[in-house]
Amino acid sequence: MLDRPAVVEPLDDDKTPATFTGNRGLDQEEPLIFEIGRLDATGVDIDDPAPIATRLGALERNAPIGLPGLTEPETMRHYVRLSRKNYSIDAGLYPLGSCTMKHNPRSNEKIARFEGFADLHPLQPQSTAQGALELMQILADWLMTLTNMQAVAMSPKAGAHGELCGMMAIKSAIAARGESATRNVVLIPQSAHGTNPATAALLGFSVRVVPAAADGTVRAEAVKEALAPDVAAIMLTNPNTCGLFEREIVDIADAMHEAGGYFYCDGANFNAIAGVARPGDFGIDAMHINLHKTFSTPHGGGGPGAGPVVLSERLAPFAPVPFIRRNGDALELVEAAEGTQSFGRLTAFHGQMGMFVRALAYMLAHGADGVAQASKDAVLSANYVRASLRDVMTQPFGDRICMHEVLFDDAWLRGTGVTTLDFAKAMIDEGYHPMTIYFPLVVHGAMLIEPTESESKASLDLFIATLRDLARSAKAGEVARFGPAPRLAPRRRVDEALAARKPVLRWTPAAA
Amino acid sequence: MRYHPLSEADRNAMLATIGVSSIEALYADAPRATLLETPLDLPSGKSELDVERFFARLAARNMPASRAPFFVGAGAYKHHIPASVDHLIQRSEFLTSYTPYQPEISQGTLQYLFEFQTQVALLTGMEVANASMYDGSTATAEAVLMAHRVTKRRKALLSGGLHPHYAEVVRTISRLAEDEVETMAPDIGAAEDLVARIDDTLSCVVVQTPDFFGNLRDLTKIAEACHRNGALLIAVFTEAVSLGLLKSPGAMGADIVVGEGQSIGNSLNFGGPYVGLFATRHEFLRQMPGRLAGESVDADGRRSYVLTLSTREQHIRRDKATSNICTNSGLCALAFTIHLTLLGEAGLTRLARINHANAVLLAQMLKDVPKAEVLNETFFNEFTLRVEGDAAALVEKMAARGVLAGVPVSRLLPRAGLDDLLLVATTEVNTQEDRDAFVAALKESL
Repeated sequence: MLDRPAVVEPLDDDKTPATFTGNRGLDQEEPLIFEIGRLDATGVDIDDPAPIATRLGALERNAPIGLPGLTEPETMRHYVRLSRKNYSIDAGLYPLGSCTMKHNPRSNEKIARFEGFADLHPLQPQSTAQGALELMQILADWLMTLTNMQAVAMSPKAGAHGELCGMMAIKSAIAARGESATRNVVLIPQSAHGTNPATAALLGFSVRVVPAAADGTVRAEAVKEALAPDVAAIMLTNPNTCGLFEREIVDIADAMHEAGGYFYCDGANFNAIAGVARPGDFGIDAMHINLHKTFSTPHGGGGPGAGPVVLSERLAPFAPVPFIRRNGDALELVEAAEGTQSFGRLTAFHGQMGMFVRALAYMLAHGADGVAQASKDAVLSANYVRASLRDVMTQPFGDRICMHEVLFDDAWLRGTGVTTLDFAKAMIDEGYHPMTIYFPLVVHGAMLIEPTESESKASLDLFIATLRDLARSAKAGEVARFGPAPRLAPRRRVDEALAARKPVLRWTPAAA
Repeated sequence: MRYHPLSEADRNAMLATIGVSSIEALYADAPRATLLETPLDLPSGKSELDVERFFARLAARNMPASRAPFFVGAGAYKHHIPASVDHLIQRSEFLTSYTPYQPEISQGTLQYLFEFQTQVALLTGMEVANASMYDGSTATAEAVLMAHRVTKRRKALLSGGLHPHYAEVVRTISRLAEDEVETMAPDIGAAEDLVARIDDTLSCVVVQTPDFFGNLRDLTKIAEACHRNGALLIAVFTEAVSLGLLKSPGAMGADIVVGEGQSIGNSLNFGGPYVGLFATRHEFLRQMPGRLAGESVDADGRRSYVLTLSTREQHIRRDKATSNICTNSGLCALAFTIHLTLLGEAGLTRLARINHANAVLLAQMLKDVPKAEVLNETFFNEFTLRVEGDAAALVEKMAARGVLAGVPVSRLLPRAGLDDLLLVATTEVNTQEDRDAFVAALKESL
C-alpha cells in the first residue's frame, strides 16, 4: 500500500477564484447553443434542391422553428468544451458500484463502424444481410454457452427492457398454463434494483418483499415462507446488489419450481461470474445480460445499452419476435409472431446491432479464458479494496468475501459531521468519480465500490490510499475538506432541490 | 490479455493482502457444484488484428447502403452524417462516462441533454421533451402508458397508418399490462375516419405523420375530437428530417409527440441503437417517463444543469414509478443534437427540401413505368408504389441487379393482402444516377 500522501490543507477561501471570463485555465465556460447560434448559420453545405412542384398538401411549415445553427469550427469548439466538463473511465478510476465502468476497447468502436454493419438497413432483403444475421447467431451462441441456457431473446434495448422481456415471457407462460387469474405476485428482495419492482408493477403484478438475512443474502427459508399459490415468480439479482453471492440460490430455484413459479435472475452483476459459473446451473428461468456492463459496450453518458435475455426451455417458446432460425444454408429472421407462441414484439426492428458487434468483439478478444479472467480480476480487485479499507470503514454485513463490488455503510462516519454524500463529493476534489452512494437502499449511507478488472494495482493502491486519507480526515474532524466539496471541479454542489421545485427543462428566449 | 493490467505478481500480492490463497477461494459462497471445472466450449482469445479480420469477413457478406442505389426506409433512413459528429461522440468524456449522477463532474452531458431537450421541443412544437428513449417504437409505447396515467383510462386507438412494428410493440405491452388497444385496418391512402371512432372511453389516439405509407396527415381535426372526449392525441413520426419542412405536430394540437431520431446524426446500424424522441405539454410533466435534465445553480451561484424530477423514476419510486426505464440513449441523443446544431434551422430546412425534391423527382419518373403506380397524393421523402406481382420478389430481383429498392409492405404486414405494395424512400444521398438505376432495374424486374 502507498504511503499516505501529504495532508491536504483546506483552502482558506471557500469561494471559487473569480476571472473576467469565468474560465479557469483549461476549464472553460460554454454558453448554450441557443445563446451563440444563429438561425441562418449552418455547418453543413447542401445543394440547391431541384425546382419541383411540392407534394406536401397544405401541411408545409409556415412558421420558423427557432433552431440555432453553428458553423463546423464553432460546433467543434462547443462540444469539445462541454466534453471537458465530464469525468470518464478513460480519464480515471470510476468505481460506480452496480454500473461496471470497465475499459471500452477502441477496436470495438472501429469494428462497429465497418460499413457492412453500421451502414446496413434493418429492412433490406435478408439475403443481403446474411453476415449480420450470422453475427447475431454467434453472439447468441456465446450468451447461451456462458449461461447454460436454451434460448436467447436478442431484441431488448437495455437492462430494464430485458427485465420487461423476461417477465413478459413468464406472464405468457403462466397464461398458457391457465393460471393468470391466480398467479399475480412477484417476490422481490428489498435490496433489488428499482427496475425490478417497476417492471413487475408495469405488468400488473403486485410485489411481495422478501426479507434478507442478517448476512445480506436471501435465505431459501424466507422464500418458502413468502411462497403461496399466488406467486408467479421471484426476481433476484445474483451476485446481489450488496456485492454478495446468493449462497442458497440453488435451493431458492428449487423452491420456486416446486411451487410452480419462475425464477427471473437480474443479470446486472453477471460480470462477477461470467466464465466461472453458469446461471443455468443455478436453476434460473430467465436473465438479462447488460452488454454495456459485462461485455463492455460504452455507457455513453447513459446509453445506449443492450439487454439480451437468456431463457430456459420452459420459457423459450414465448420469446419475442424477431428471432433467427436456420433455413438450409441461409439464416432467416422470423419477424411475425402469428403461428408461434411468441409473446409479441418489444421494439421495432431487431435490437441493438451496434452493441452486438462491440460485445462480440469483446468476447472474441477475450476468449473463454479471458472472460473468466476478467470476472476473477474484478472480484479480486473488489476484495483487495475491501481488505485495504476494512480497518477504517465499516461493512454492513461484517467483513466477508464479496464479489465484484464491495459495500460499505456510514456507521464509521457517525459523529464526524461528514455524510456519505460529503465523502463522495470530497473524492471529486481528489480526482475520482465517487462510488455509488445510498444504494442499495437497505444499507444506511451505502457506498458501493466496483473497481472492475481494468485497474492496475498501482491505480488501486492510489485509490485506496486516497480513501484512507479522506477517512482519516473525516475522523479527525477536518470537516472543511467535506462540507464545501467539491471545490476543484467544473461546478460546486448543484442545487437539486431548486431544479425539482422550479423545473426549467429547456431554454427559452429572455423576455423582451 | 491486452485489456487486463494485473500481472500474476500483482494478483499474488493482492491475495496476500486479502488473506486468501487463491482467487478461487473468493468464490467460496457459490455452491461448489455450480463452479465450472473445465473451460467452456468457446474459442480462446484473439489478437486485435484477428478480431478485425473475423468481423471483416462477416461484414463482407452484407450489402451496405452506400454500395448500392438505396431506397430503403420504413422507419430508418440513410442520411449523410458529417464527420465531425462521429468524431465528437467518440470523445472519451462522452463515450466512456456514465449517467450524469454527479452533476459537478458531468456538466458536459447534462448541458447537451438540456440543449437536446430544447431542440426536440422546438422541432415537435411542444413545451417540454425528455432526455431521450430507446427508440421511436418504445417511445410510442411509453406515450400510450403515459396517456393512460393522465386520463385514468386504459384504451388506446391506433391509426392504420402507424408503423406496424410500433403498433405491435404497443399491442404487446398493452396485452401483457392488461390494457385495451384497438387497431384500425392498414390505411394505404390515409382515408380512415378516426374522428368517428373517438369517444370518451379512449385514453389516446395514436397517429403517425408522415404515415407508414408515406402520406402526410393533418392532425387538427383528430386533436379536436380527442380533446372533446378527454382523450390525448399522440403524434408519431419515424423520419425526423420531415419536421424541417412540415407543420409541427404540436401546432396541429398533439398532446404527446414521439418519434424516431435516427435520421439525424445516427447510422442505420441494422436497426439499433437509435434514439427515441419524446415531447409533451408542461402540464403533463410529472407523468413523463425517462430522464430529464434541468437548470439550476451551484453553490457559487453559477448556472448548472442536473438530472431532475427523479421522484418519477424507478430508482426512487420503485413499483410506483412512471416507467421501468433506467437508461436513455445518451450517445445517440448526442449525435442527434450535434448534427442538428450543425444543420441549424437553415440547414435542416434545406435538407428537408432536397429530400422532398428527390422523392418528387423519382415519383415523376415512375409515371412512365408501366405496371407500377405511385399511390400517394402527398408525401415527404417516401411513398407507396403499387407494382404488378409480388413486391418482395421484386425487391430480391432488383437487389440482384444491385439496387436496394425499398421495403415490401408484406414484410411488416404479412397476410394483409398487400403483397403488391412497395415502400420507396429517397434522401439527399440519392443522385440522378441512382434514380435512373432504380427505374431501369424496376422495368427489367417487373
